[in-house]
Formats: sequence, C-alpha cells, structure tokens
Amino acid sequence: MMVAVSIGAVNVPLGEVWRIVARHVTGGGGTAADPALDQIVWNFRAPRVVLAALVGAGLAVSGAVLQALVSNPLADPTVLGFSYGASLGAVLVITAATGATLGGLGVSTAAFLGALAAGILVFVLGQRRGRVAPTRLVLSGVAVGYVFLSATSFLQLRATPTELRTVMFWMLGSVSGAQWSQLPVVSAVVLSTTVVLALFGRRLNVLLAGDESATALGVDVNRLRAVLLVLSSLLTGTVIAVAGGIGFVGLMIPHLVRLATGADHRRLLPLTALTGAVYLVVVDLLSRTLNRPNELPLGILTALLGAPFFLWLLRRDKGLDAA
Amino acid sequence: MRLTVEQLHITLDRRPILRDVHLDVGKGDIVGLVGPNGSGKSTLLRTVYRSLRPALGVVRVGGDDVWALSARTAARRTAAVLQDANGSTSGLSVTEIVALGRTPHHGLLGRDGAEDRRAVADAIDRCGARPLADRDFASLSGGERQRVLLARALAQGPELLVLDELTNHLDIRARFELLDLIRSSGTTTLAVLHDLDLAARLCDQVAVLHDGEVVGAGPVLDVLTPAVLREVFGVTAAAERHADGVVRITYAARPLAPDRP
Repeated sequence: MMVAVSIGAVNVPLGEVWRIVARHVTGGGGTAADPALDQIVWNFRAPRVVLAALVGAGLAVSGAVLQALVSNPLADPTVLGFSYGASLGAVLVITAATGATLGGLGVSTAAFLGALAAGILVFVLGQRRGRVAPTRLVLSGVAVGYVFLSATSFLQLRATPTELRTVMFWMLGSVSGAQWSQLPVVSAVVLSTTVVLALFGRRLNVLLAGDESATALGVDVNRLRAVLLVLSSLLTGTVIAVAGGIGFVGLMIPHLVRLATGADHRRLLPLTALTGAVYLVVVDLLSRTLNRPNELPLGILTALLGAPFFLWLLRRDKGLDAA
Repeated sequence: MRLTVEQLHITLDRRPILRDVHLDVGKGDIVGLVGPNGSGKSTLLRTVYRSLRPALGVVRVGGDDVWALSARTAARRTAAVLQDANGSTSGLSVTEIVALGRTPHHGLLGRDGAEDRRAVADAIDRCGARPLADRDFASLSGGERQRVLLARALAQGPELLVLDELTNHLDIRARFELLDLIRSSGTTTLAVLHDLDLAARLCDQVAVLHDGEVVGAGPVLDVLTPAVLREVFGVTAAAERHADGVVRITYAARPLAPDRP
C-alpha cells in the first residue's frame, strides 16, 4: 500500500511517504515535509489507496457469499442485479441534477439505495411460500437487473453529453474521488459485514451440501439466505456507492482463492477479502500510471487484466474436470 | 432413539401426499420404508428430519415432537443422508465434508474443538474413508461419496439415521459394504429403499407406503406377502427365508401382474 501511495503522476520517494504518513498518524511532530508532497500523499493518494482496498475486499467477499447463497459459480453482485440497481440510482441523480450541482454524497446515497432496493426486490421475487429457491433467486436477479438496466439506458438517452460522460465514468468505476471523510463509514460497513459473514462460514459450507441436507444438519436455510442476502446487498451497496460499478472482482477473486485454498468459507472469506483488497489497490495503481497523467476507469482494467489470468488458472485446474 | 409417527397428514399444492400415517421404529431397529415411486416415502422422511412441518399429526424422536425442539437440537438427534447431497460441493475435501456433521453442535461463534476432531476422525475410520480423507469430494466415485456422506451423518453423533436411497446407482459390492456399515453402527435407522431384496436383507422390519398410506408394517415375511407385492408393486413375487437364514424375494418368470400395463 505504501508503494501504491508513492507512485503516481508525481513519484514520491518511499521514505518521504513513510515520514508523511507517520507524521499524520502520530499527530504532528518531526520535520514538516514539502507541503505539495504532503498534500498529494495525505489528501489524495492515501485515502484513495485505502478506499481501493476496502472496495476490493467488499466486492470480493460479497461475490463469494453470493456464489454459495445461490449455489451458482456465476453469481456476483452484477448477476444478482445489485450493480444495476446502484447504477439506476446514480444515473437518476446525475441526470436529474441538470444545471444544479449535486454533491458526490447525493450520487452515492442514491446508488446505495438502488443496490439495496435491487437486493430486496430480488429476495421478494425469489421466494415462494417462504422458501427461497436458489435458481429462482438467480433468475429474479437477472430479470431485475435487466429492468434496471433498461431504465438506466432510457435515462442515458435523454442525458446531455456532459452528464453522459459523468454517467459513463461512474459506471466503469473509480476511487479517484476518495476523501478521508467518507472512509469511516465505508470501512465500518466493510469490516463489520465481512467479520459477520465470516462467522457464517460454517453455515455457508453447509449450504454447499444442498438445501435438504442443510436442513437435516440443523440449519434454517430460508432464514440463512435472507440474512446473507441483506448483509451482502448492504456490503455491495456501500462499496458501489462510493466507487461505481466495478465488475469482475466479485466473480473472479473468490474463484481464484477457492482454486488456491479450497472452498471452506471459514478460510475462504478472510483470504478473499485480503486478495480482493490487494487486487484493487494494484489495479488502481495501474489505472493512474499506465496512461499518465490521465486515468483509466477501474472497470476497464479489472476485467482486462483479470480475465486472461483467470482463464489461465481455470485451464490449469484439474479438479474442474471431475466436478 | 425411538421414532414414532402419529396420525400424520401432509398436503402439498392441494394434493394429499400422506394420509393418516402411523409408524413406530423401536430403539436400535432398522426399518425399511418401501413403496412404488410417488408413494410418499421421501415426503415422510422430510417430516422426520424437520424439513416439512405437518399441518396435522406428530413426529416424535426420543419422545419429543421434533417441532417442539430447536432445529439444532433435532439435528443432534437425527442425521440424514439424502439425494440432494451431490450439489455444488466441489472444493471441499472429504474431511471438510464429514466435519459439516458437527454443525448442529455449534452456534455462530463455535469453533471446532478436540471433541469435534475426534468425532470426525472416528466417523471417517468407521466408514473406511481414511485413504480418501484429503481428496476433493467432487473427485470421488458414487460409492465413495455415499460412504463419505454416511461418515458425515455418523459424525453428527445421531441416535436416529434417516437414509434416502443410500445405495442407488452403486455397484453390488459397494451396496453390501454400506449395508454392513449401517448394521454395525447400531443406530436406529429408517431407510428408504427401492430394491426390495436389499430391504429384506438389511431390515428387521419394513413399512409399505402406497398412495400416501401405510398398508403394512412389521417383520419382512409378514408384510411382503404375495398379495402386497402384487397390489402395491404390481409384480408376481414371493418373499422366502432361505436355508442360510436370509430372506430373499423371488420374482415369477413373468413377474408383471396382469392388471398393470
């Protein structure tokens, strides 16, 4: 993370980064750094790197939980419609605010509410007489996603070119707008939901055994699915709200960790969080250095870099042939 | 532990599936549940492992109504090996699968302790699955999988075993091995079996389900009479005790009973 903070449009020596961060963390003292460097490191880069780590962890954990929740290896926040719900919320605010300037908070809140609405809608549509069938849940997610997507597309058609650019950039995802002020909320949500979800690790393993078998093992499958769905849409909603629609992390990272260490969720979830965090910090670093001084949206790079590596891993894994 | 089913009625999608079912499985007994496809066998099992709540009637395990117990308490008494168990279990090792059996012994914050590890190791050994312990469950053959799932059920430390077609699709040796395991476990068992000959060999008693009703229950020779075999299963056959003491089903040269196509 320190390396990621030091590299960018302006490179800051690693030692200097340490000094600046240490000075802020310990609360003054020591030699005052160059104010410009201090500004770059502490106000722009550091919150951005921390946010990238939180967003990466959040998306990856949520993907891992959703895959177990619906017993489907293709599941991720996009497939279940959360991301499209967030997009609609964000686009609604961006295009409605013609002329007026609406703060970043407005877009974030709308995106969060959109994701949550999608989560609740998918859950309500996915159950029948109190039973939550995994397949119905996935198909409901896909259908809800399409509805949100078409509404979003309609709004985009009516948007001005400036708005459209904002929408475009938001949907592809970025952590460039990171500020210290938004980090407490985001980190609180990401850390607490990840810890709680990890506590459900044993029950997530049981879900892999099939619904009837899980019931016979003393797990209330329907209630478990409801709790997990709420937690994961809360988690996804929060990170998408601040970082936009970053795809592929939620799908790829859990599979990657699973291939490396197996599917026991008590191990899988913490490792997935860690790997997701590192991955997005690296991708964000590349996004602002590949094309200096311009930035690429994260959503473009996550898939462009991740997919080939992921495909290579899939071809190497012999276990998949047996399954 | 004794299992009793009293006056059980189940209706699904307005279709009566079970009607006034009574069943009694004594402590230590192995009872086979037989009947044609769609006669309600799996539905009856679901009421025992607390997946289906009856509108009318009671299922008691160890004297308690299973719905008066918590899901976890009920699962510490009753373990099941079911047909859905080959879901998306890829990525879990055999040991991890067997360890799932310890789930009802823990709350949200519970971690595996020495007792859990001992129960898991013991179940793996009893089922002869030690050489498989580190394999990925998804890479096992059908017989190996059933053996591991039985180990999972035994790791649960149950006093009642519920088995749904444990030996389906298995070769003949694997079938007999599994039957020996169940017998040697000494656990009270209710087993749905399609193969009548296997049921006659494994079970002390059988209960016959036909269109959601129990049409006979008791010792194999008393229940599987030529009349029942003809009317319920639609075949001409007889159950006989052979000289070696084993009850076998003998089917007629043209076993299809005339009233069925």
